[in-house]
Amino acid sequence: MIEKALRGGRIYWAWVMLLLVMIALGLIFYVRQWNLGLGITGMGRDVSWGLYIANFTFLVGVAASAVMVVLPYYLHNFWVFGRITIFGEFLAVSAVTMSVLFIFVDLGQPARVFNIMLYPSPRSVLFWDMIVLNLYLILNLIIGWRALEAERQEEAPPTWLKHLVFLSIPLAISIHTVTAFIYSGLGARPFWLTALLAPRFLASAFASGPALLIILCLIMRRFTKFDAGQEAIQKIALIVTYALSIHMFFFLVELFTVFYGGIPEHMHHFQYLFGPGGQPLLTVSAWIALILTWTAFFLLINPRTRRIEGTLIYALLAIIIAVWIEKGLSFVIPGFIPSPLGEISRYSPTFAEIIITKGVWAFGFLVLTVLYKIAVSVKEDLSI
Amino acid sequence: MKRRDFLKIACFSVAGLPARSTLDLLSEKAFPKPSRKEGQPKWAMVVDLKACLTKPGCRTCLDACHSIHNVPNIDNRKDEVKWIWTNPYKEVFPEHTYQFSSVGVQTRPVLVLCNHCDNPPCVKVCPTKATFKRDDGLVMMDYHRCIGCRYCMAACPYGARSFNWKDPRPFIKEINRDFPTRTRGVVEKCSFCEERLVRGLKPACVEACTANGLTFGDLNEPDSQVRRLLAFKTSARRKAHLGTEPKVFYLV
Repeated sequence: MIEKALRGGRIYWAWVMLLLVMIALGLIFYVRQWNLGLGITGMGRDVSWGLYIANFTFLVGVAASAVMVVLPYYLHNFWVFGRITIFGEFLAVSAVTMSVLFIFVDLGQPARVFNIMLYPSPRSVLFWDMIVLNLYLILNLIIGWRALEAERQEEAPPTWLKHLVFLSIPLAISIHTVTAFIYSGLGARPFWLTALLAPRFLASAFASGPALLIILCLIMRRFTKFDAGQEAIQKIALIVTYALSIHMFFFLVELFTVFYGGIPEHMHHFQYLFGPGGQPLLTVSAWIALILTWTAFFLLINPRTRRIEGTLIYALLAIIIAVWIEKGLSFVIPGFIPSPLGEISRYSPTFAEIIITKGVWAFGFLVLTVLYKIAVSVKEDLSI
Repeated sequence: MKRRDFLKIACFSVAGLPARSTLDLLSEKAFPKPSRKEGQPKWAMVVDLKACLTKPGCRTCLDACHSIHNVPNIDNRKDEVKWIWTNPYKEVFPEHTYQFSSVGVQTRPVLVLCNHCDNPPCVKVCPTKATFKRDDGLVMMDYHRCIGCRYCMAACPYGARSFNWKDPRPFIKEINRDFPTRTRGVVEKCSFCEERLVRGLKPACVEACTANGLTFGDLNEPDSQVRRLLAFKTSARRKAHLGTEPKVFYLV
């Protein structure tokens, strides 16, 4: 089937070329980082994780959210999602690929990455994250690919595939839970030390991931003959609405405990983040995320604006941007500020850091483009 | 080799996993029991804050440590590497009552370094066991195994760990040939002078202190100097409520 990715129109190739250029640029700067060290990024002694880990956290969520189309289809026989589950799984493949790459580019000694497997450390959450992420990647690649093959042959998918799907559903929950545990198990960082973190992560992921999936479906409808169908899109939009509401509820619950509880070391991080007096980059983006979240919420709970694609698409874009900020600039960075010694440090990503980040995204989108192109071609061939 | 052992090793080799580490894992070598071995020391340090005050601006312990351990002198806060340094009293002990202390007391410099916790969060989170706790309580770093993920830096409640954001060698004034330099991309921190302890010497900072403010010794030895100090004086540890069991004590 892979040969289908090699046949495409002018727009397809222009897009692929653009991605390749961005990957090449990212690589050039990554070689610089490889040679000079992570000092070329904005990270430092106090804020020791930055843009890379922020994107990692966001993308694990996108990957996990595939379960929102896979589960209704496979567990509840919700046929409306039949046309798009493969796209959900392929989105997960591309998102996990990016997550793993973001961890990789964040390593100070990337050549030693296999030490994680050479010296397995079951007490480290990062070790388990590596295991579940890789398993989830392989599972989704197999499931998506084999299901597509079955569709092309116009036959029922083999029964073993369904067993793999059943395995992938709890695994989707676990990748984001384990990712949350990386943070929420640290006594040193009061901002992250909350049992609500994993549920919060999942809720925001189930809003942002499916939002991205709808946008991808709309793009495919615009450029190809594949149409996910009005009903499927509307159902996912409803899932997004619920997930967003739960996400906002969780956030308010967190705020209540922090501020009514009133323990200073828990409040400091929130006060620094929302200002006044904080670093403008962080404070402004935190407020932008809040405004976008509420805007999306009002656009989505109103059935009229949710049903019109013209307004729906703005709500979805708002959610994606808001959750990206909330899991990165508003989550990873303020966890380090103030530092354990009360120091207020600043963090701004450098040019090199941003180009490398874009390179990783471009690579993920290349994987996504190739997989989606194959899937769309198969579906187009069938409809003729 | 017994037939059984041969089969065991053969199985794991075939499984494609690094056979040795898998065997270690199964034979529980990878899960060391909490060490309460007889005759094993448990090293600790006592810092007397009053002694420090008798010599304002004194840097002898800091310089002694950083020069023999090839700690680079990088002059910006973002990239700096430090094993031992001072911070204002109110930041080191935020849980103490300092509100009504004079500004002088609040900003009094307090010596800080790795606490060599008995329950070290950095060791727990390390995905490669590059940082580990020895039987004598020292929390150590393997610079050759560290992959530079900096999870330990996020986990340390004391900010004791530094990362080599760039090649440290150009920033070392005079390289001490008896101690390794580090490469970019690995984490480092105070080692309680493990290389001196094996030779029966005290840590460099303790030896260098001219105010008699630093005491080093064995907590398992009831007659040791540290135990005698702790027995009769009021002491504090940084963020002891986190359950990390720090082994650097402060006489306040």
